[in-house]
Amino acid sequence: MSAEDATASRGARPEWPLFEVFVRGKRGLNHVHVGSLHAPDEEMALHNARNLYTRRNEGVSIWVVRAEAITASSPDEKDPFFAPSADKVYRHPTFYPIPEDVPHI
Amino acid sequence: MPTTDRKAPLGADRDHQVDFDTKVAAKQRIEPRDWMPEGYRKTLVRQISQHAHSEIIGMQPEGDWIASAPSLRRKAILLAKVQDEAGHGLYLYAAAETLGVDRAELTHRLIEGRQKYSSIFNYPTLNYADVGVIGWLVDGAAICNQVPLCRTSFGPYARAMVRICKEESFHQRQGYELLMRMMEGTEAQRAMVQDAVDRWWWPSLMMFGPPDTDSPNTQQSLEWGIKIDTNDALRQKFVDMTVPQAERLGVGLPDPALVWNDERGCHDFGEPDWDEFKQVISGNGPKNAERIERRRAAHEKGAWVREAAIAHADKHRSAREVTV
Repeated sequence: MSAEDATASRGARPEWPLFEVFVRGKRGLNHVHVGSLHAPDEEMALHNARNLYTRRNEGVSIWVVRAEAITASSPDEKDPFFAPSADKVYRHPTFYPIPEDVPHI
Repeated sequence: MPTTDRKAPLGADRDHQVDFDTKVAAKQRIEPRDWMPEGYRKTLVRQISQHAHSEIIGMQPEGDWIASAPSLRRKAILLAKVQDEAGHGLYLYAAAETLGVDRAELTHRLIEGRQKYSSIFNYPTLNYADVGVIGWLVDGAAICNQVPLCRTSFGPYARAMVRICKEESFHQRQGYELLMRMMEGTEAQRAMVQDAVDRWWWPSLMMFGPPDTDSPNTQQSLEWGIKIDTNDALRQKFVDMTVPQAERLGVGLPDPALVWNDERGCHDFGEPDWDEFKQVISGNGPKNAERIERRRAAHEKGAWVREAAIAHADKHRSAREVTV
């Protein structure tokens, strides 16, 4: 029996939804994904995230997002999906030869 | 993160397997949406959830002493430590959920006795020195086990281990410091420490699991990069780390066979009682029934809180929708 079947057969007790948690470590940095948690709503998700992921000054700001609201690229399509970033070499500074004696460039 | 389309189309399985093996061989991490062999996924679900259960059950032996802590300072430390154990359990359940299982289902597997947890938590904590010895030996053994797991091949598990290891260091040090204070105390306090060490030493060695010759899953887990070291290698490392700490503390370790071996460059030591280990792991330890019963009671008594929180959230959501 799979986990899903087992949960369904246990009756209709609703479980708290899953949230993904992002923490800004300090001012000037991006929020970074740190993990997930369950909570009944956004407000409690923030409280739980504070208690779970920032017990030791790990952050100055927290985002919580319902996991179901995230759209992700699929690993199976990674070649076509990320190909444009590999075949446009002129996007990289090393594409442009500059003489050694030009300063600060 | 979403965990859909984990299963590869049949014809592509071989390519996926090659891709997976290449990633593991190159010590790259496997992430939740990557294709993975079903055995790999099952092994991880079992290992991560048992690890999570151990953290959650591990709150009980020390939690028993919160109300009887000898000072406000010790009480605050112990509270923080037990709260950390809850946090560690939740990091690990979150990692397990990326493999497509549900935390509520894992909790049911625990309280129905269908999944195991570390045998160490089935022993009683008889005096306050036990709190110190658990920090020093039990958390010390856990650190030995967990530091290599920061490099385990499944990304979410490795990241959870990094967070946990950072916090375990506090656990071990508060335990050792507590024991140092007791050793500076009265003769009776020193005797309490020695008694606790005598009781926890062998169960701590058992935390690394059965000997390699009796650990059928180890080879596959090593190949998959889930395990990094064998049980016996980690046990040896723990003994070598701990002996000088015991000397500094001034306590004896209850093993007449424990002696430095110049030739091997490490300690020889005796064999734990593996029959006892098997008894405890299969449910017949001194505290197994009590631990599970308490976890079940907490889960069932908390049901109304979980349901009320959902009702509250639903009510406020529909109130917002009406105003908009």
